[in-house]
This record gives sequence, C-alpha cells and structure tokens, in this order.
Amino acid sequence: MTAHREGPYRLEQGGLVDRTQPVPFSFNGSGYMGCAGDSLASAFLANGLRTIARSFKFHRPRGIFSCGVEEPGALVQLGEGARVIPSARAPVVELTPGLQARSQAGWPSVNFDLGRLLDFVAPLWAAGFYNKTFIWPSWHTYEPLIRRMAGLGRAPGERDPDRYEVGNLHCDVLVIGGGLAGLEAAWDAGRAGARVVLVEQGHRLGGEASWDRALIQGLPASSWLTQMVQQLNQMSDVRLMARTTATGYYDHNVVALLERTQKNHAGAPRERYWIVRAGRVVLATGAIEQPLIFAHNDRPGIMLAGAARQYLRRYGVAIGARILIATNNDTAYALARDLEEAGVSVLGVADTRREVPEAIRVAMQSLSIDVFPGSIPIDTRGFSALRQVTIGHLSADGSRVEARETVHCDALAVSGGFNPTLHLYAQAGGKLAYEESTGALLPVTQHPSIQILGAAAEKIRIGPRASPVGDPKRQWVDLLHDVTVADLELALRENFTSVEHVKRYTTVGMAADQGKTAAAPTLELLGKLRGVAASSLGHTTLRPPFVPVTLGAIAGREIGERFAPHRLLPMHDWHTAHGGLFQDFGEWRRPVAYLQAGESRDQAMRREALAVRKNAGIFDGSSLGKIEVHGPDAREFLDRFYINDLTTLKPHRARYGFMLRESGVIFDDGTVMMLAPDRLLITTTSGNAGRVGLWLEEWHQCEWPQLRVAIMPVTDQWATVSLAGPKARTILGKLATDIDLSPAAFPHLGIREGTLLGIPVRIYRVSFTGELTYEINVPANGATALWEALMNAGAGDGLQPLGMDALLLLRLEKGFLHVGSDTDGTTVPDDIGWGKVAANKTRDYIGKRSLRLPENLRTDRLQLVGLSGERGHPFVIGSHLRAKDSTQVTDGWITSAGVMTLTNEPIALAMLRGGRAKVGTQVEVYDGSPVALAGRAQVVNPPFFDPAGDRMNA
Amino acid sequence: MLRISCPYCGVRDETEFHFGGPSHISRPPETVDDSTWSEYLFVRDNPAGLHFERWLHAYGCGRWFNMARDTLTHEIRAIYAMGDPRPDL
Amino acid sequence: MQRYSFLNLAWQALRGNASWQPAWREPRLKTGYDVIVIGGGGHGLATAFYLARKHGVRNVAVLERGWIGGGNSGRNTQVARSNYFYPVSSAFYDHSLKLYEGLGGELNFNVMLSQRGLIALAHSEHELEFLRRWCNAIRMNNVDSEMLAPEEIKRIASPIDLQGRFPVFGGFTQRRAGISRHDAVVWGFARGASNLGVDIVQNCEVMGFDIVGGRVHGVRSSLGPITADKVVMSVAGYSSHLAKLAGLRIPITTMALQAMVTEPVKPVLNAVVMSGSVHAYVSQSDRGEIVIGGGADAYNSYAQRGGLPQLRATIGAVLELFPSFSRLKLMRQWAGRVDITPDTSPLMGLTPVEGLFINCGWGTGGYKAIPAGGDTMAHTVAIGTPHPLIAAFGLDRFKTGALVDEGAAAGVAH
Repeated sequence: MTAHREGPYRLEQGGLVDRTQPVPFSFNGSGYMGCAGDSLASAFLANGLRTIARSFKFHRPRGIFSCGVEEPGALVQLGEGARVIPSARAPVVELTPGLQARSQAGWPSVNFDLGRLLDFVAPLWAAGFYNKTFIWPSWHTYEPLIRRMAGLGRAPGERDPDRYEVGNLHCDVLVIGGGLAGLEAAWDAGRAGARVVLVEQGHRLGGEASWDRALIQGLPASSWLTQMVQQLNQMSDVRLMARTTATGYYDHNVVALLERTQKNHAGAPRERYWIVRAGRVVLATGAIEQPLIFAHNDRPGIMLAGAARQYLRRYGVAIGARILIATNNDTAYALARDLEEAGVSVLGVADTRREVPEAIRVAMQSLSIDVFPGSIPIDTRGFSALRQVTIGHLSADGSRVEARETVHCDALAVSGGFNPTLHLYAQAGGKLAYEESTGALLPVTQHPSIQILGAAAEKIRIGPRASPVGDPKRQWVDLLHDVTVADLELALRENFTSVEHVKRYTTVGMAADQGKTAAAPTLELLGKLRGVAASSLGHTTLRPPFVPVTLGAIAGREIGERFAPHRLLPMHDWHTAHGGLFQDFGEWRRPVAYLQAGESRDQAMRREALAVRKNAGIFDGSSLGKIEVHGPDAREFLDRFYINDLTTLKPHRARYGFMLRESGVIFDDGTVMMLAPDRLLITTTSGNAGRVGLWLEEWHQCEWPQLRVAIMPVTDQWATVSLAGPKARTILGKLATDIDLSPAAFPHLGIREGTLLGIPVRIYRVSFTGELTYEINVPANGATALWEALMNAGAGDGLQPLGMDALLLLRLEKGFLHVGSDTDGTTVPDDIGWGKVAANKTRDYIGKRSLRLPENLRTDRLQLVGLSGERGHPFVIGSHLRAKDSTQVTDGWITSAGVMTLTNEPIALAMLRGGRAKVGTQVEVYDGSPVALAGRAQVVNPPFFDPAGDRMNA
Repeated sequence: MLRISCPYCGVRDETEFHFGGPSHISRPPETVDDSTWSEYLFVRDNPAGLHFERWLHAYGCGRWFNMARDTLTHEIRAIYAMGDPRPDL
Repeated sequence: MQRYSFLNLAWQALRGNASWQPAWREPRLKTGYDVIVIGGGGHGLATAFYLARKHGVRNVAVLERGWIGGGNSGRNTQVARSNYFYPVSSAFYDHSLKLYEGLGGELNFNVMLSQRGLIALAHSEHELEFLRRWCNAIRMNNVDSEMLAPEEIKRIASPIDLQGRFPVFGGFTQRRAGISRHDAVVWGFARGASNLGVDIVQNCEVMGFDIVGGRVHGVRSSLGPITADKVVMSVAGYSSHLAKLAGLRIPITTMALQAMVTEPVKPVLNAVVMSGSVHAYVSQSDRGEIVIGGGADAYNSYAQRGGLPQLRATIGAVLELFPSFSRLKLMRQWAGRVDITPDTSPLMGLTPVEGLFINCGWGTGGYKAIPAGGDTMAHTVAIGTPHPLIAAFGLDRFKTGALVDEGAAAGVAH
C-alpha cells in the first residue's frame, strides 16, 4: 500500500463505491475522476481537493466539514447556464458523469482569493459593524459594493428548463428516516396493517447500517438490510421513498417532502414536492454531530468525526494521511478503530473528558492508538489546509491549560456531541430545551402524534466542548457566516442578550445551513459567557424548510396557464377565426374588437360602435353572471339583497338594480328577472359571478335558512348572445321562434322563455348599449350555432360582431355604470344617483342601515358626473380633477372615457367631489409625469346620447 | 395545512374551504343607533385562543358549518352545524 | 452616547472591540413613569424616542413582554414606500419616508435605507387604468411617482417576464421607495431612546390596567405594578387582547402574514416589485437573499407561522413574474401576526379611556410607518390631541363610516 504524503486520498479497497467504474467530473474547469457510488464530496477528497469554497465575510478557505445536508463549508455551484444549481452541498450531491462543479467565491480563484485580505482586518468587520458605519453620506454610497460581495451563487438568467411535480399522499404513519430505527418502525406499522410511507434522504436505505459492520439480529448489516427492504417492499400498503427529504411540518400532521428524482428521461420532473397527510409521524431522523470550539477550528482538513468515518467506510476515502481525532464523547473511537484497520495512520485521540471509559481505553490500547484524556485542541496551523494542531492538556476543573503539545497532522476529526434532528418536531409545536449533559436541544414535551426513535432519541453525554484558551476572534461558531466567539461576546457586551438578538446581531445560524452545526455550541457558549444555565436561554425558532427547497418544486406543474387557467367564452373559436383581438378581463379572455384587414384597433372599435348605432351588433356576453333562485320565498329572499323594491316586480319583467355590502358600499349591479313568481333569474357582472352566488348562499344558509329557496349559479350553462341596434328586432325575427317579438307583446325590460330555431332560449330586453337589445340565453353547447344563424340572418342588415371596446364606449355615451371602473370600494348608491331609490325602500336589505351613517350622508362625497370636452382632446382614464378654487389636493378622477360615436366629442364619467352641485361648471384635468394641467372639462349630467331612452325602449 | 372535517363530507384539505369569519354574530334590526350598528359591522373579539368561526366547504358540498378552533395552535376543538348553538368547551 | 462612525469602528477594532457600550441600557424598573409605552417594536420605541427627543418627555418606560423587535418589526419584508392613494394616507406615509431618509443620521445608526425604487405592476389594460389613477393621486399629493412602460420595467427589474401568464402592461414606480434593515431600525430607536433616558424593559408583560373613573393610572405587569398618567398601546398582533384588558373592543382581526427568503445569490434584482393581482412582492436584500411576501393567510391566527396553501400560492405568483427564479431555493419561511382593520388603515390616537392611547391596526404595512407612527404618537401623547397627520385614523371613524380604504394602495394583502 502506498503511503500518502499529505491530504485526503482514496484507499485501494473498502467502501461501497465501485472502483472499476470511473466517473469523470470537473471542478473549476479542471477534470477529475471519481467512482460510481461517490458523492461529489467523497470524489473531491479522493482527488486530494481540500479548498472547495470561501467563507462569507473573511474569504477564508473552506473544505468539507460534514457528510450531510448540514454542510457549512463545501457549497458549490453545479451545472451551467439555464441548468445551474447554486449552493449545492457537496456531500449530498450524487456524482454523475460529466458533473460540473464550481466554487461560488474566490477571485481570481478559490485557491488564491484576494478577498482573503478582508481576513487581515477581521476585527473591523466584527458582528454588527455595518450598523456603526456607512451612515454618511448615505448607505447608497457603500451598498453597491456590499451587494456585490454578498450572495453565494449566481441566479440563472434563463427560464428553468426542468419540470417539477407536486404529489399528494395519505398514510397512517409517516416514517421520516430510512436508517435502522426508521425501517423497523415502518415494518412494525406495516405488519399491523397501517398505510405507511417511509422517506429517506439518501439514495440508499439503511443509513449507517449500510456501511457499518456491526451485526443486526445476528446477521451482517447488509444482509439484514436486504431482507428488511424486501419484506417492506412486499407489503402492499408500505411505500418506500429514497432521495426524499421531509422539509416541513405544516399543521395537522401535514408534512412536505422533497424528492430528488433520478430524471430518467427528458420529460421527467427533476424534483417532486409531496404533500403528505399522515395519521401520525415517526421521526427517525438521527442526529447531527456538533463541532468543538477552539482557535482556527475552521481550516480545511478539520472535519466531523462521524463524517470522516462515513467517508472511510462508505466511500473508501481517508480524510488524511496522518489523522488526529479530538472528541468529547464515545462515538469518535469507532473512527479510530476503522482507520487503524484500514491502515491509515491515527496519531491519537484527544478526549476532553478526564475519564475515558475503560472499555474504550482498553480497545485503543490493543490497537496501539494513543488516547489523551483531559485534552482539547486549542489551535491549528496551516495556510490553506491543516498542517498541525496544538493540543492543550486541561486542568482538573477544565478552566486552564496546563501543558501543550504540537501534533503535525493533515486532518483533524472532531466530535463535539450530537444534536438530534428534531426540526419537524419543533415546527409541530414540540418544545425543546438545551440539556447540559448532552449539550443538545432535547424535547421537553410529548407531542400527541410525533414519535421520536433511534439516534434522534439517543442521549450522548459529552465532556467539555470549547477550549478555555485561544483568541475568541479566531474561534469559529458559524463556519458559513464567519461568526466567532468574539462576535458572541460583542453581542452580549452591547446588550443583545436574548438568543434571538444574538442571532440577528451576529447572524449566527442565519446562513444557508441555518445553523445546523452551530446552534447547540452557541447556546453553550452564551450560557458560559452570561454566567447562566444554557438551558434557561430558550432557543431560536426552527423554521421550515429543513433543507432548502427549489421554488419550482413548490409550484410543481401549477405554472403558467395552470397557475391561473383562463376562462374562454363559448364562442371563443368563432371570435378567434373572425379577427378577434383578445384581452384579459379578470380570468376571462374576451375580444375587445374584431379586426378587419388593415384596420387598427381603434378603427375597428369605431366601425363596430357605428354599426350598432346605425344597424345592429352582436355581442358575446356569456361571462356575465347568471344565477337562478327558485322557491316560494325566492322573491322575498332576493328583495333582501337589492336596494330596489322587488315586491312590485311582475312575472316576465326585469328590473335593473344594485346589491350592497353590509357597509353600504356597492357590491354589484345586475338585472333581476321574474320568470315566474317562484323562479327568478339575476344577472351579475362577470367578475362577481362567483362571489354573488356565494353571497346568496351564505346569507341563506347562515342567516335565513327558514326561507325556502334553492340557489343555482348557471353562468356557464347558458351562453348570452346579445343582439343590439335599431335592426335587432328585424334580424331576430328572421329566425323561427315561438316568441312574439312585437314591441307591445315584448316591451323593454321584459323577459320571455321559448325557442329559437328549436333551441330552448330565454330572451330579455335589457340594454347596455342604449339601443334596442335582445339578450338571448342559449344553452352554451349550442351557442355557436345560434350565433352563426344570427350572423347569417343579419348579413344583409349590416350586422357586425361587437367587441368590448365598442361596447364600453356605447354604454359610456348613455352614462351607464361599469361597476369596478366607475365605482370602487367606497361608492354608495347616492354617489351614483340611486340614493332616493335606496332610501325609499321601506323593507330592510343588506347595507341599508349603513347608508344612514354620517359619512354616507355627506354632500361633499365623490359623486358620479359626466364630463364633456373639446374635440381633438380626448380624456385619459385616471386623470385627476380639481374644481375652481378648490382647497383639496384632488377633487376626483376620470373613471371612464371615450369619443362619441356619432359626434366625435370627448366624453367621460368621473367621480367628482360634490359633483352633482357642480354640473354646469368647469373643472381642471390633471395627468402626466410630473402631473400637470392637461386641460379643462365641462361637468354635465350623463347620459350624453338619447337621454330619453327612446332607442332602447323601441 | 389545516385538515378540516366537513360534517357532510369528512376530512378534507383546507384548500377546499373558505373561511367566513366569526360565528354567532346577530344581525341587529335597522333601528339600532350608529354605535351599535358599527359594532356589528366592524368590532370583533379576535381572541388568542378558542375562536368560534364559520367555514364553507366551497369545493365540496357547498355547505356552511361552524368550527371551534384555537387560533394559537390551530387545533380544531369542535365542528358543529350552522345554526347550532356554541358548544361548551 | 458612544458615537458610531468608521473612525470609531477602526479605533475600537484596534483595541479588540472591548469598549463598545450597550446599545441600550439595562434599566432598573421604577414604580412609576410619566408615560408607559406598551410594546417594544418599531412603533413603540420610535414613540418613546420622539417623546424624549422632540417633546422633552424622558420619564418614559417601554415595556416589552419578550425581546425588543420580536414581533412584526423583526419579521417583515422591510419595504418602505409612500405611494398611497388618499391624501391623508399619502401625507402620513411620506412623512414617514422622509423621516427614514434622515434616520441613519438622526439615530447615528445605519438603518441601511436603500432607496432603489419600487414598481407596482399592471397586468391588464383595466389594471393599467387603475394604476394611472393611483399614480396621479400620488403626484397630486406631491409625492414622487411615475408611470413606466414595460420596457422600462424590464430595464430596472431585468429578471421579470413581460410575456408570461400575467403579461406586464406597464406599471408605476416610486423611486424614493426601497428597503431598509428592520432590526437596525428597532435597535437604532432603542439606542436613541435609551440614551435620552427612556427605560427599555424587556421580559415584562402587561397583565392589566389600573383604570379608575374612566382614566388610566398605570398598568399591572409581570414585574409588578407601574404607575403612569399616560399609557400607549403599541403591540401589533396582540392589540385586541391588550385593548380587552382595558375594557375596549376594537375592529381588529389578527392573521398570519408570511414572508420567506431564498438562499443568497449575487445581485440580480435591484428594485422592489409588487403585483396586486398576482399577489406577491419581491425584493433582494443586501445579503443577497430574494425576499418574498404575499397575501395574509385567510383565517384568524396568532400562530406566527404560515400555512402551506398560502406558501404555494405566493411562490407560484413569484414564479409567474420571475420564472428564472425557479431554480433558487427557499431557505427559510416565517410569519408575523398582523392586525387587519376593516379599511386596512391603522388605528391611532385616543381611546374612550382618558390617558390611554392606541397605535395599531397596521395590517401588512406597519414597517414603513414606524418613524411617522412614533413621531405622531409622541406628539399625540405629549399634547393630548391627535397629531393632524393621524386625525383621520381615529377609532371613531368606524362609528361615522369615515373609513380610509387603502385596499389597493396597501399592497397585496387584499
């Protein structure tokens, strides 16, 4: 066996990797080889790579510290371009052929980083330094530089080419952790007939057992594992998920998982986010090893002992050629034994405890490994990687160092105890407290549906964890954010004493690793520094996610059109085929105009509007809400919602009205139609169709259940084809129908049921354009046929399809309200001229009482008025208004605007303070950037066209 | 995510439901004074603890029901029909 | 007060940082004060600071039941802006933004105010019309604002997708808006107040009031009774509870408002971007994290944690606006307890109990209001009548119906 001179290397045998299958990868542009079964970290180590990254503040070299998600050092960027993944943790990245990894900091390179100069003036950048400077002249002077220095990776610039999925699971037992304890728990539950889901973060089940060599129930671990997994796979209600991490607990035993798929084919999702609804949860999540605290404890080459062991036994990699071990508990001795067995030089084990258990001393003796009880590392040297460690021999009470010795080594494996991984338990409301003898945050309460098993439930007693000597400025507590013991001292000195203040002041635990290897030692140190029991300090809140989760995975496939599907009109295809130009109106795609060859949108609008005024237009109004209310109490029920008196509404008649919120504010407008005394049909605005239906149900079920009504939203079931214009009756009359269309038989505001071309329809005469209008409700599936029939029938009469632009202009000319544009969340009936109707209704209705609140009785409220302007100077919606001699900042704004179809005069609707009293006067119009006088307008009473309503009453 | 046991459909995800504010608020007659009316409109107990509230199974049976839920822990203590009186908890 | 400056920083660094003084004193609690401020968040501490600084009222105690800044002040997304619709709101919030602009110097504490601008997006023609009305309103209020075309928005916030499911039709910006460091604002006010003689008392919970004849005489706290002629309730998240102890019922509903951050990345987003209809607001902190907020969780909650549905909805919304953020990773999520009022405007000023003042109801927008909240409350307490800037936000507006409905202007919470 070749003796290696320095640094980590691959052993010739051992581990679960396949040395016969080399796997090429690159790091910072240079090519290397790993083996099948390697992680990126083990491949780094096998290739002797020690400096992988740079720390955040001081740009000190960082190497591999752990073997898991808790990694605070070796964070790298994977991939390039659109597939880049920032801040991947090397120990948990599976090595795949062609993997490209890059350091995220270090200029010009990670091995030689000019940023290290910051380290030489480190005291200047002590915790909180930015609070005390950069004030003058302003933060802007310094911010750009600070921002460029911050940040760990690069965000991709392109759209994510990968897909993600969200899945849903239900189970009786969710077992988190696929090590020994987790597998046994799954097996127990499965045998009892429960539906079980087991999740394991790594790509193989078994955890430590898969590379440990102990016997389990008399069998070699690997055999036991194979058998167990086989048995579990045979249970039909047990689901095993590898490469899956539980990321958060979200109320009522709902747990979110992140699965890293193997992406076997191009269309496969890269990751899946699972939402699991569990009957109960088992945490077999193990524990995270903690570091020892001593000066220069951050050099590459210093690693957690359990990690070193895993690199050895699982990956066949020795973390160094001459390894020193330092520990405060029993577990690290297994590393010593394993290294010795593999022929790697172990220089000794420094144990901070004065008393090392007998069995261990004997075992080490038999292996000729020196043990130094009552010793702790107190300093290290090495420029970018470890070269030597100074061991201090502690006094009896551990407060002083009585002797020192220097050990030349290239690796130091440390074990400072274990902190059970109980994040989900804490997120579920379980209480944790620091416990002195184990130096860990342990549960103090029992959670009714969470059980903790295995290493997560173990209590491993520890000795001292921190060196009593050494420069506190050089003793690291948080390797990623460069937080040192001196920073903790400084925080306390400045009265940031609560653990949350310490965290926010020093940023300990706030980095991407969220303090997984910092939290417990920090509490211990704070206790010591404050002279109180660490158990009395509480702890910072453990928040989801446990590991960082790709945003795309959380959205899954609900992106783009699936995030908010558009709603399409029943005649959508016809509109598209005939030049329809679409815009979004809430969720709906609606045509604003039908462009003919060579036409601009504005030209199309003017042509369509003119067509309606002169001949006829046909409009797809299907998105407007339609709700049927049936029952003996239907009219009584609806009467409680409208400001209008519905008791006088007769069969086959329609009435236009308003619904209010209980605060008196206008909620919606629409038409109430009586098909029969116990069958009413109401219309609503498109945007409120759903809301009004829910509103009616709410009041019925919660307040007036005694009223005998059934409420049926039918917006989607019926299409609405609207035929408007002087020739509307003529055109409609060409279609076979059993409805008498003569004006006497079917006047304005009438509603008739019958058939058109044999199709059942309801037709009502309500008008938004101000022209003679027939709104035809036809079953949505048959709507296009009727539409086309009408288009054919009207071809010789100049019938044209009518888009939203023209519609809104035509209604504006009539001064008809567009709820949501001309009204807002403060408008009450009187503001829009319906005050008398609202006040005259004697019966109570929703919102009625509020109309008598003082604010709603003021005369200087914003009131709806019309504006008329000069030809050639159209109004702009959103412009503000000021009356002559006004003392207010603003007197209102323009809510709708257009240019009259027949006269080309600019008109508008506006909310104007005390508007009705200002009719006949002039106001100033303001718009622009910066806002300036844009013109003047005459305040008038709408409507601007056919005020008597002769056309629609025809 | 809350798991809510609709009295008519069984346990479903929170996303199937709409929250409807506190329960057991009586609508006063229109003869009350401004102060009483505005209390009805706006003032709420808003307890940190047991809260009686209304929920609608919007993407399910479409029925309203009442719930007693702890607003600190989100524990659901009782579910009862709309119109039923507040349970003694 | 030990002055903060680069020179001092360097000087102290040379001496091992051993002589830095406490940022605020650890006081000995007295049995009585002139004024008690309940709530050691940004608003409470700012109130105490301005009482001492501008009105010479220094015999003040701020009682905080946990650690200062532990409530919403320490949990928000740090946005400061004054792009409000109604003149009364505009005047108030711009006063606050102006105070923020001078805060670092006034407090001698770097609050890291970064006025990189805020953009509100319009995703349809109708929304654009509405934004124009809003933008004009802001300018009529003499506050900076300007409409932006989509290309200009893309230049400022380059990762934005103009052509996604929610195409960007335009928007408006307030260039003076931006973000600052929330902890720094809390600590800066604490340090300033403490230095002027205000006692900041942590781990002190108010359990009751001493009210006799409709007048407040003090409080009963977990550290004993404390007398005061004037008491200010400034405890977002527990306002209803505290008001109830004083025999008051207020129009507040408490809900969880979530916030979340991604792992830090190099600078990629320079402005704060807000979308009302897609329900999210996004910025990038100086540490490089993408900071995200959205709508409040839909039901009453004091749990200070958000639910999964709202988390997914907010992240979905962010990815519609910024699809290239899809590969970034969520690092941490949390929530505050926000006071939602019926009109999303705050409750400030007097209460029916003489000497008892209230400052709450900030909903999702309290952070930007901290300096003006403190300043106007200090005036109100010192003088006895509401400061003109907050006259419209009194409790009695609900009786008269004079709501100030800033539903649109307050951002994405509605």
